[in-house]
Amino acid sequence: MTAVPDAKPMIEIRDVHKYYGDYHALRGINAVINAGEFFSLLGPSGCGKTTLLRTIAGFEDISSGAILIDGKDMHEVPANRRPTNMVFQSYAIFPHLTVEQNVGFGLRKDPRSPAEKAKAVAEALAMVGLTGFGTRAAHALSGGQRQRVALARALILKPKVLLLDEPLSALDKKMRETMQEELIKLQRQVGITFILVTHDQEEALVMSDRIAVMFEGEIAQLDDPETLYRRPNSRRVAEFIGVMNFVPGKVLSETAGRIELDVQGLGRCQIAPAQAPAGGRATGEISVGFRPETLTILYEGQAASDRECMGTIAEVVYFGDMTYYDVKLDGVDRPVRLSMRNVPGRPVLDLGVRTRIAWSPGALVLFR
Amino acid sequence: MPDSAKGGRFTRSQAFSGYVMISPPFIYAVLMLGAPLLAVIILSFLTDGSGAERIIRQFTTANYVEALGDPLNRLLWMRSVFVSLMVTLATVILAFPIAYYISFVVRPEKKSLWLFLITIPFWTSYLIRVFLWKVILGYSGVVNSALLGLGLIDEPLQWINYNVGAVILTLAHAYAPFAILPIFVALEKIDRSLLEAGQDLGESKAMTFLRVTLPLAMPGVIGATLIVFIPTVGDYVTPQLVGGPEGRLIANMIQLQFLKLDNYPLGSAISVITMVIVGVISLLFLLANRRFLRGQR
Repeated sequence: MTAVPDAKPMIEIRDVHKYYGDYHALRGINAVINAGEFFSLLGPSGCGKTTLLRTIAGFEDISSGAILIDGKDMHEVPANRRPTNMVFQSYAIFPHLTVEQNVGFGLRKDPRSPAEKAKAVAEALAMVGLTGFGTRAAHALSGGQRQRVALARALILKPKVLLLDEPLSALDKKMRETMQEELIKLQRQVGITFILVTHDQEEALVMSDRIAVMFEGEIAQLDDPETLYRRPNSRRVAEFIGVMNFVPGKVLSETAGRIELDVQGLGRCQIAPAQAPAGGRATGEISVGFRPETLTILYEGQAASDRECMGTIAEVVYFGDMTYYDVKLDGVDRPVRLSMRNVPGRPVLDLGVRTRIAWSPGALVLFR
Repeated sequence: MPDSAKGGRFTRSQAFSGYVMISPPFIYAVLMLGAPLLAVIILSFLTDGSGAERIIRQFTTANYVEALGDPLNRLLWMRSVFVSLMVTLATVILAFPIAYYISFVVRPEKKSLWLFLITIPFWTSYLIRVFLWKVILGYSGVVNSALLGLGLIDEPLQWINYNVGAVILTLAHAYAPFAILPIFVALEKIDRSLLEAGQDLGESKAMTFLRVTLPLAMPGVIGATLIVFIPTVGDYVTPQLVGGPEGRLIANMIQLQFLKLDNYPLGSAISVITMVIVGVISLLFLLANRRFLRGQR
C-alpha cells in the first residue's frame, strides 16, 4: 500500500493557483505523484479536486505555478498532446460509434496497420472483460459496461498517466465494489500512474497508495491511507475520513519524547509526539480524538490490556457484522461512539447497561 | 353485461384519454391537409371543361401526359429543384456557424435572447421581407444607388435582380431561422464532455469537430435541410416578385394554371408531380443519411 521507495516522480505540481474571475479555486497546490502510483484526490464537492485533475489533463489553464509531467512543463501544451488520458465522470462514450470505434478512436494517427489496430482494440476490450461486445452500439450499454469502454479507450493509448474523474459514482454499490477491485488489479497489471478524483473516503482508502485530502482549494493532508486514518493532522481531515470521537483535554507537560495529557473522563496519560500530527506546541485546552474501534467493551472475565473506564450504553446501532454503540463515559460530557465486531460470546448490549470499556493512550490523536 | 363493462373500462383507459387528446388536432389535420390533398389528386385525374362546365367528371390521365410532355414544365421543375437545392445549401451552410456560435460560445443565460433575436424577421410579413429585397436589389435600389454614388459603377447593375440568383438570395434569407433552430437543438444535445474526450484522445479541436460534433449534429442538419428544401420548391411569391422572367419556378406555373387559365385538372397534375419529385428527393436524402439517424440516446 505504501509508495515504492526511490520511485521516480511522474507528476510535479508546483504552487498551482487557479482563479475563475474572483473565485480562487486552487490555492497553491504542491504535490509530487510518483510513477506507477495509485494517487487519489479526495474531498467534498467544490474543494477543487476535479479542477486540479482537469488542469493536469489540460482542459483548464492554471493562473500561476507549474505542472510537470514526466519532467516536461505542460505550460501551453494542449490536452490532445499531453501524455494523459481521462475517464470522464459521464464516461463520455461517443453515442454515434460502436464499442470498437469508441475504443479505437485515439488510434487514427497510429502508424500500425488496420489489422494490428483491430487486434489492439480486441486486446483492450479483453483487458476490461468486454470481449464480444465490439460491434455493439455504444448507447446499448449499461453503466458498468460504459465505464469499461471508457477505460479501454484510454488505456489502449498507453498514457503515462490515467486520470479518473469520479468514475464509480454513477454505479450501484455492488458494481462499485467490483470495479474498485478491478481497477486496482488493472493498475498493477499496466503499471500506469492513476490519479483518481473521489468524494468517497472509503473508495480512496481502498484503492490508493497515497491520498491528498483537499478542502477549499488546498491540500489539507497528503499521506498514505493508514497514516491518514490513524494520524489525521486536523479535526477536519479526521471528520472527513471515517468517524472520530473528540473529547476535551489539557496538555500538562511536553518534552521531546512525551506529551502528558489530562483527558476528560479518561484521566492522565502520556502519548508520543507522533500522536500530535498537527504539530505545534501548546499547553492548555486541546481536544483529543480516537476512532470508534479503539474502544472495546469488556465482557465478564475480560481484562483491559491497557487502561479501563466505565460507561453507560446510550444508543445501539446493529449492522450485522458490527454493532455501533454510543456510550456515555463517566466524566465525559458527550457520548462517544464505539464499534464492536459481533462474534460468539459477545452478546449485543441493551440500552442503559453499565459496562467496563478498555482504551489505550496509544490510540489517541491530539488536536490543538 | 360484459360488453358495457368493457366499454366502460375503455373510456377510462389511458389509451382513450390519449385519443381524446389528439383527436382535435388530428381532425383538423385531416380536414385541412388530408382533404385538400385528396381533392387535388382527384382533380388531377378529371377532364378540363370550358364555359359553365369547368370540370368534366371523366377519368383521364391526359393531364399527366400533358404536364410531363411540356418542355416548359420540365425546365421549371429542374429550375425549381436547382433553386431549392442552392437555397438549402446556402441556408444550412450559413445557419450552421450561427447555431454553433449560439450553442457553444454564447453564455447559457444569453441563449434565449439570441434565439429571440433570430426570430425577429418573423415579426414582419413574408411579403414585406421579399419586397425589402426588391428595394435592396432593384434597378434603382440600395445596392445600385450605393455603388453608383461611390462611383464604382457607371450604370445600375442588372444582374443582381430579376433572376435566379435573386430568388436564391431572398429565399435563403427567409428560411435561415428555420435552419438555425433544428441545428441549434442538435448541438445543444451534445454532451460537452464528448468534445473534451475527443481532444483527450489526441485529436485537435478541428478534428474533434469533424469526428464528434458534426456527426452528432447531423440529425439537426438533416432536419434543417428538409425544412428548407420542401417548402422552397413550392414557393411562388419570391420568384414572382424578384425572379423576373427567367426566375419563374414551377409554383408560378401551378398558380397560372389555377388562377389565370382556370385549368384545375392540369394545375393539379403539375402539383402532384411536384409533390412526388420533392418526396422522392427527400426520401433519397434520408436514405443516404440514415446512419446518422439511427437510435442515439
